Amino acid sequence: MYGKRLPILDMGPGLAGATGVGSLPLGGGAGSASLARPGQSKAASFEFLTTRKDELVGWARKFSLFPYPFVTACCAMEFMAVSASHYDTDRFGAALPRFSPRQADLLMVVGTVTQKQAPILLKVYEQMCEPKWVMAFGVCASTGGFYQNYASLPGIDRIIPVDIYVPGCPPRPEMVIDGIMRLQEKIAASPHPIINERF
Amino acid sequence: MGTEALLERLHAQYAPVTADGDSAEAPVGAVRSRGVSHGVLVLELDREALLDTVRALRDQHGFDLFLDVTAVDWPDAPLRFEVVWHFYSTADKVRVRLKTRVAADDAEVDSLTSLYGSAGYMERECHDMYGIRFRGNDDLRPILLYEGFRGHPLRKDYPKQKEQPLVPYRPPQSALVR
Repeated sequence: MYGKRLPILDMGPGLAGATGVGSLPLGGGAGSASLARPGQSKAASFEFLTTRKDELVGWARKFSLFPYPFVTACCAMEFMAVSASHYDTDRFGAALPRFSPRQADLLMVVGTVTQKQAPILLKVYEQMCEPKWVMAFGVCASTGGFYQNYASLPGIDRIIPVDIYVPGCPPRPEMVIDGIMRLQEKIAASPHPIINERF
Repeated sequence: MGTEALLERLHAQYAPVTADGDSAEAPVGAVRSRGVSHGVLVLELDREALLDTVRALRDQHGFDLFLDVTAVDWPDAPLRFEVVWHFYSTADKVRVRLKTRVAADDAEVDSLTSLYGSAGYMERECHDMYGIRFRGNDDLRPILLYEGFRGHPLRKDYPKQKEQPLVPYRPPQSALVR
């Protein structure tokens, strides 16, 4: 586990009944002492967890990123490298690309975006359902890079909001993974609008 | 026929027109100058002679492949644009380059789409980037640029960082953004 730890209080079966309201049963419940495997002490059996709802949702979401690869240029090679088994973004829950923006929640803009492509990128972004995050992969998507001319969009943040910028031409796989991890921390730390008084 | 022989023959045939007009052989067109640059025969000619010259190159000398048409902008020259064509002979493996000069207020040359079908796309690109009009090519819609783009970005007087966005920009998100 990396980043901010999910604040979990293992109360154990003895204290669980006393707390009652507000505790979230995960993987067990009152009276499930039989689920503890032989040789496993009851104190470590995680029969009850309590946490904040917001952090629980953030914890779940940060490990289930479904990227939509908007791949336009040479950074695609680096994107393939970071997705493949050597670096393996699946370890961070961000491996399964969804080629429909409606099923994705992480828009990875990989490579130069031209002025002609800008309406397409905007349409893809608008088709994604909330919650959604955007990663600018490489310096061209971040700022336009050395393309400062009539054809190129000088950074995708001119048309859509960007959550994480990964510079580099192309970025190292480690930088991309660092970007994903920072994005995960951002997701875990941000409020989630589905949490309300009726949740 | 070897490369050298073909070059030699072309070199002889396309002799430049002298000032008094008594060229040694009957010139196919009004060739202004000729030369060999990096093994490529270079002919500079008047734009009126373009179609006849290209037809002769294609039919008599075997230049069956149209490679490219582009332009060069010389901002201070009286004839501002130099339009450049390249042809290739797949049989003899020889290239030839044609050049002609046009003025900025009359940037029009003949289209080669009647001789080479593949010229159409490249003439569209040249029209995009330099604003050269090709007489006889009735499809000069933007091919690399987009509808609504004003100006010709590879002309020297086009501002280098001028942007013509299709999507309205968001306001800058940070003070660090220029």
